[in-house]
Amino acid sequence: MANEDVAILVPVFNEARVVAEVVGDLRQHFDRVICVDDGSTDGSGAAATAAGATVLRHATNLGQGAALQTAIDFALTSPGVGYLVTFDADGQHQIDDVLAMLGVAREQDVAIVFGSRFLDERTQAGFLKRLVLKTAVWVTNQSTGLRLTDAHNGLRVIRRDAAAGVHLTQNRMAHASEIVLQLGRTRLAWREYPVHLLYTDYSKAKGQSLLNAVNILFELTFR
Amino acid sequence: MDTLDPTGQLVIKVLLLVGVAVATVLLTRSSTGARHQAIRRVLLVLFVIATAAVIIEPALLSRMARFVGVGRGTDLLLYALAVGFVWFLASYYGRMRALNRQITDLTRALALSQARDEKAS
Repeated sequence: MANEDVAILVPVFNEARVVAEVVGDLRQHFDRVICVDDGSTDGSGAAATAAGATVLRHATNLGQGAALQTAIDFALTSPGVGYLVTFDADGQHQIDDVLAMLGVAREQDVAIVFGSRFLDERTQAGFLKRLVLKTAVWVTNQSTGLRLTDAHNGLRVIRRDAAAGVHLTQNRMAHASEIVLQLGRTRLAWREYPVHLLYTDYSKAKGQSLLNAVNILFELTFR
Repeated sequence: MDTLDPTGQLVIKVLLLVGVAVATVLLTRSSTGARHQAIRRVLLVLFVIATAAVIIEPALLSRMARFVGVGRGTDLLLYALAVGFVWFLASYYGRMRALNRQITDLTRALALSQARDEKAS
């Protein structure tokens, strides 16, 4: 199997309905799928284990940022991991995008590849969602100094040396901006790559409501 | 401004003094960080002295209020209470954040060591 040096990091919180399928699909392409079960109460962890993932379990729910950091810590202590990929458990990311982003990272020798849903027109987002996300992008860019076209996109390829510079302290949603900030501080080369987010009914129901954007803005402003 | 009804006021004075004494004992028992603790204890002693003085001689509060340019003693008390409450909120917010970080570190360490154990077995 190619991509033996890749660890897919999937934070999981109460995703029992979809996590097995997401992990199963990932396992067809990648040896190392690391799930952090963030205190799920619906058996998500067992489902992910059965589907072939390595599952770490948080004894209590801490938030996606905390789960991601645990996954990063684990991946960095695993021998032979060269690239870390952050991947959402709700099935909105495409494996084809991951493979393409890994290709970019290897061929162009960049340390970080951020997925962006706004580099092309494939992703269908409503006007309000687009507005909120664009605002989040603007705020993130102001604080991080990077010029990204998308923020809060869970799909990222991070080379080992860049991942070592990530120490997330924002346990909840604001980690998405914090990780950009910390990756930017590594001064390593980065790219954006157009990805397609599939807004299924499931991901819409699970995903961030627009009201959540208010929380994110507050977390970022008063940190 | 002497009291007209010393017996009625005596009861409330005793009640308030007992309340302050109990709060003092409870507060001195909680402990984290030597320097913080020392500062808190000094503040506590000052608070106890001021409170006891005001309880025993309520007119003192009004005199203090006039001295700092506030009309009535009750107003001064309200302001002090408001400031004290915000100070309390701020200090507890800080402590909560530290506690949350500790819980995060602990949970992460536990998850990582469990994963290591499973791999070893």
